[in-house]
Amino acid sequence: MARDDVKTGYKLIGTRPNRPDGLDKVTGRARYGADFSLPGMLHAAVVRSPHAHARIVKIDASKALALDGVKAVVTRADLPTGLTGEDLNLQDNTLAGDRALYDGHAVAAVAATSALLAQDAARLIEVTYEVLPHVTDVDAAMAPGAPVIREGVADYSVPEGMHGNVARYMEFGHGDVEAGFAAADIVREHTYKTEATHQGYIEPHACVGQMGEDGRGEMWVCTQGHWYIRRMSAAVLGIDAANLRVTPSEIGGGFGGKTTIFMEPLSLALSRKAGGRPVKLVMSRSEVLRATGPTASASMDVKLGMKKDGTITAGQVYFRMQGGAFPGMSPIGEALPCAFACYDIAALKHEAVEVIANRPKAAAYRAPGSPMAAFAVESLVDEMCRELKLDPIEVRLKNGATNGSKSSYGPVYNVIGLKETLEAAKDHPNYAIPLGPNQGRGVASGFWFNHGGETSVSLAVGEDGTATVMIGTPDIGGSRASIGLMVAETLGIPYEDVRVNVVETGALGVNEPTHGSRATFASGKAAVEAARQAIAEMCRRAAADWGIDAEAVEWKDGAAHPAGPNAGKHPPMTIGEIGSKMGSTGGPISGHHEVTAEGVGASFGTHVVDVEVDPETGRTTVLRYLVVQDAGTAIHPAYVEGQYQGGAAQGIGWALNEEYVYGADGRLQNPVFLDYRIPVASDLPMIDTVIIEVPNPGHPYGVRGVGETGITPPLPAVASAIAGATGARIRSLPCSPPKVLAAIKAAKG
Amino acid sequence: MARVHLWASLRRFAEGQEVVEVDATTVGQMLDALEKAHPSLGPAIKAGLSVAVDGEVIANNRAAPVGPQSEVFLLQRLKGG
Repeated sequence: MARDDVKTGYKLIGTRPNRPDGLDKVTGRARYGADFSLPGMLHAAVVRSPHAHARIVKIDASKALALDGVKAVVTRADLPTGLTGEDLNLQDNTLAGDRALYDGHAVAAVAATSALLAQDAARLIEVTYEVLPHVTDVDAAMAPGAPVIREGVADYSVPEGMHGNVARYMEFGHGDVEAGFAAADIVREHTYKTEATHQGYIEPHACVGQMGEDGRGEMWVCTQGHWYIRRMSAAVLGIDAANLRVTPSEIGGGFGGKTTIFMEPLSLALSRKAGGRPVKLVMSRSEVLRATGPTASASMDVKLGMKKDGTITAGQVYFRMQGGAFPGMSPIGEALPCAFACYDIAALKHEAVEVIANRPKAAAYRAPGSPMAAFAVESLVDEMCRELKLDPIEVRLKNGATNGSKSSYGPVYNVIGLKETLEAAKDHPNYAIPLGPNQGRGVASGFWFNHGGETSVSLAVGEDGTATVMIGTPDIGGSRASIGLMVAETLGIPYEDVRVNVVETGALGVNEPTHGSRATFASGKAAVEAARQAIAEMCRRAAADWGIDAEAVEWKDGAAHPAGPNAGKHPPMTIGEIGSKMGSTGGPISGHHEVTAEGVGASFGTHVVDVEVDPETGRTTVLRYLVVQDAGTAIHPAYVEGQYQGGAAQGIGWALNEEYVYGADGRLQNPVFLDYRIPVASDLPMIDTVIIEVPNPGHPYGVRGVGETGITPPLPAVASAIAGATGARIRSLPCSPPKVLAAIKAAKG
Repeated sequence: MARVHLWASLRRFAEGQEVVEVDATTVGQMLDALEKAHPSLGPAIKAGLSVAVDGEVIANNRAAPVGPQSEVFLLQRLKGG
């Protein structure tokens, strides 16, 4: 269900042209990270720690270097010293220093003339370890007696007396929480847990790096943000960012996990040591799961007060989140503000700690922190609705945030669409379908801030009247098509006449990655401004040709027109006519805009899921799934629906199956997709979507980011549906069959 | 004077104040004035903050305007996926 029938006055925005990258992707022509090759290229392999925590006593690479065809080995001794802060964390994660901090932590890397030879050589690098105590569970990492895995990780915010693994502390709120609980008819409090999950992008990390002894280098890499790759790699290697040119490949998924570096600087370090020969480094799936950022695991206490009519009188949360062995990676700063963002509640208290543990360095994952927070809060809201026999959508409508509400994290909401999503969900046919035996229905809402960020875009008018747009945000969800539509709409030319290219770091000013649901919003906003700049210049060219003032020219339908009483009568001058003679009328015509984009519109969504649970096995089948979300304006509705469906699919996986399983030895037990179970097409029904459009006043076409909110509601919605089907509430994800079966048996007593 | 709201765990660095009034016309001036008035807030500011000015979230722009009657909320630096 989409908005195709809605009349907006736009000619192109809201249409569904073919995907510009579709043909290349289905025919195999698209070039991903691992597809890039250069003459004389070497292949790299990485030696990784088999221990969760160990002192590195000695690294002996002599046997590897003795192999014919092995060209270079790098260890931490090859990297510069003296780094501090996050740069040091990045370097520590790229190659371990004196200690390996998690199973899979990189210890050394080798480059050889073939991938197989590099792997053989890696096995010949002898590392002597002294195994140290480890901890991987978030609660265990804070328990008295837990080994402190890194000294001095606490920042300014951590009060004295907290465990040495606590890296950050945060607290905020408003109103009188105790008075709010006292005014409630029921007060309930539970602890909820979510496991770490991986972004699960299908394309593993891959790059080709080349660097000479002069410290000048180039990299071709699969990434969400090549300026970040440039800055971080340069910092780790101690070179100037300007000496590194980074070109992004097509990207086979990122979801936040490709906004940082994991192994990319190794290709450059190996290349430099191998006399400047290019080095390709491609991770295996096992390496991706063991050594690239999953999201944080969380343990969360929630307390809510509710009146019999459903009014929520007060809320309180205390979140504990671990983001691996490095501080700053667990998303408490996002999870807390998201916890009650969907509600307008008079009294709230939020508290959280970030904890480090012997796990890989976490990375952002689609609405970082919001899914966990939603699982805790929305699950308890659902539990209390069931106890008081209240409709969960009505309760959310009663307590939901709306225009002018003071948000749970302080500022007042401007124009938001939460209630519109709730109304649409309530009115959707799915919400009225009768449920059968062993079936249950779950409802949850979700929120994400959305983001603007540093953005630089250029646009060039072609001699034939087409337009080329250069953006710096890799296209991971349809931004090239959406930006093309916005530019075509602005210029008044066919969509097919606009080509949008993601260009390398040398071609534009600094761009933040495609993260925070910002690409269509921020690069789109900048592209529209660049198009307007080009239009102004084309109007000047037409005015000069006609001998009138530029102010007497207006642009419409892809052409300059004389306007106003004194403009005279001139036939419209099309963009093609202006482009064909621009060399003789003043030179190339282009537009450029750079900005730290603001005006983001917050994103809200509501999901409804029906499940059936097999009481004999505990297996959950998703019968039907509905996503309702506010897009502001859906520029290309098919991509918007794809984002909604993708978010829901990942959230369903998180709810039902996905988890990092660690053994008593601290090693990851399931580092392959066979055992780390993401949903496949046959696991899911067609996910129904409803696009709500409450335009964002901060964007010329009303865009809100749509990429992240969709992963947030599935966690609590699925768990609540299972509770409805079985009478058993699962408060610790995933709701895997053994856990559901045990909960059913426990509920029956 | 703009009213800057500190989250609860920051207040111990500002003599317990929940709201600090500062004279500033930009986010950068506001943060500088905060640190000058309460040097203990320096590490938090240097760690990176986002702010919300009159409801508008400013992720990282010191040039963003702040009005004399603005309500400003400090937020942890936001990341996205």
